Amino acid sequence: MTRAEISLSVNGEPVEVTFAPYKTLLELLREDLALTGTKHGCELGECGACAVLIDGEPQLSCLLLALECAGRSVETVEGMAESWQSGAGLHPLQAAFADLGAAQCGYCTPGILLTAKALLAHEPEPSRERIQEAISGNLCRCTGYQQIVEAIEEGARRMADESHR
Amino acid sequence: MMRLPWFEYRAPETLAEAAQILAGEGANAALIAGGTDLLPNMKRRQMAPRVLVSVRQIPELRRNGSVLGAGVTLTEIVHKPALPLGLRQAAAQVATVHLRNMGTIGGNLCLDTRCNYYNQNYEWRKAIDFCLKKDGDICWVATASKRCVAMSSTDCAPALLALGARVRLVSATGEREIALEDLYNNDGIDYLRRRPDEILTELSVPSAPSNYWKLRRRGAFDFPVLGVAAALIDGSARLALGAVASRPFLVDRANDFLRGKALSDEVIEEAGRLAASRAKPMDNADLDLYWRKDVSAAFVGYALRELRGDDMRETRRRITRYQPA
Ligand SMILES: Cc1cc2nc3c(=O)[nH]c(=O)nc-3n(C[C@H](O)[C@H](O)[C@H](O)COP(=O)(O)OP(=O)(O)OC[C@H]3O[C@@H](n4cnc5c(N)ncnc54)[C@H](O)[C@@H]3O)c2cc1C
Ligand code: FES
Ligand code: FES
Repeated sequence: MTRAEISLSVNGEPVEVTFAPYKTLLELLREDLALTGTKHGCELGECGACAVLIDGEPQLSCLLLALECAGRSVETVEGMAESWQSGAGLHPLQAAFADLGAAQCGYCTPGILLTAKALLAHEPEPSRERIQEAISGNLCRCTGYQQIVEAIEEGARRMADESHR
Repeated sequence: MMRLPWFEYRAPETLAEAAQILAGEGANAALIAGGTDLLPNMKRRQMAPRVLVSVRQIPELRRNGSVLGAGVTLTEIVHKPALPLGLRQAAAQVATVHLRNMGTIGGNLCLDTRCNYYNQNYEWRKAIDFCLKKDGDICWVATASKRCVAMSSTDCAPALLALGARVRLVSATGEREIALEDLYNNDGIDYLRRRPDEILTELSVPSAPSNYWKLRRRGAFDFPVLGVAAALIDGSARLALGAVASRPFLVDRANDFLRGKALSDEVIEEAGRLAASRAKPMDNADLDLYWRKDVSAAFVGYALRELRGDDMRETRRRITRYQPA
């Protein structure tokens, strides 16, 4: 087997892709699907930069064989805006991160945005402690986390407001 | 990019088929469940199995009732209140949210042993002429040692040992059910008594009051440098230790002493002393070696006082950070 072929859903679109079978989902996304929003940090599970949503739950794309994603639904940061009210604008979490300065170098941001999105899908009004726990697998070397936690709280509020409108 | 080595990928849909593949391939094949231990090790070329056999599609491993399939994820364990608290506390402290969504209980029990001289990339290990565990002849932790002293680092195993869990192993030629403690060898290389053709399919976990205390540097990510599990079995406290040897183990001397005794302050102190005397951490993991050994008696004290019903919430918050609801 020199090439593998799978179909999966990426950001809501069905995708068929042929790739070298040793690749992780991270490599598939960045190299074969040109979705470079998903970042590569340690590539060993030790930083969370590569986090994506698999069937809605945060997982690490650097430790997931692309082969094992056949038939599954993958969401990356590129799909976030589109996933909220048909992409009329940024996802409220993205907007809150921008407005509150929750990204500095931005390397951890895609992984944290998706991880936070999954948290809010389960718990629309999480406590500060629950937010900290949810993102405790995402290393940020720049911000000190304060603005990130505040932006997730703000994003949660905006999501509630916008969906009540 | 840190590429994986080439491998052939198989995803059998039945247990029988998986067992057949293992019977044919022997030690050339590796089972992959969540992959969160195996894939980093393969990226660092600590291993390069020719065939990866995925267990994801095998229905028996996904059972999540009174027996626990080996493929149940750690997140599923954390969120299952019917399971004993000690196991859920251990699962909740493994790695990170993301890794718990991926990692399975079977993979956790079969986790490779760890060492600062082994969990390094190929070039790093080559620069020190490798080590006993992989490609070399010397143990850099204990240079006179004939035995590899890499450390058992599973959080769930001590919790399950204290509870008296049993595991089922299935191969093409038959199956056996053994006490979890009989799965382990105190040898950093040959750390499991599982034969290469056997699949860990399920666990049976008795219910009992129980808890788990983990020492690590940060509140997330880090492997244990000490794990203390306690359970109340037939009225007696029982202790197991993790991350202080090449296997997790029931602390026989302390458990013999504890049998039939009420947990008075004096009994707890003596049990702490006896258990600590069995803790043999090596200088191959995070944190200062002597301090790690020193705190083991204190951790046993926390575990036994919590088991006796003391309010340990403050201490637990300080040490554990996050815990199952
Ligand atoms: C950054 C990081 C931090 C971590 N921190 C911790 C921690 O704090 N505590 C901890 O305990 N672990 C930790 N881990 C290790 C790992 O994530 C967990 O132990 C996880 O539960 C392993 O399960 P898995 O399904 O991913 O195993 P895999 O990687 O799929 O498998 C691990 C081993 O078990 C074998 N195996 C898997 N399933 C079976 C089966 N059914 N029968 C027989 N053999 C099988 C595999 O062949 C392999 O040798 C960490 C990992 C990383 C990358
Ligand atoms: S790149 Fe995947 S966890 Fe660091
Ligand atoms: S903003 Fe730089 S790592 Fe988080």
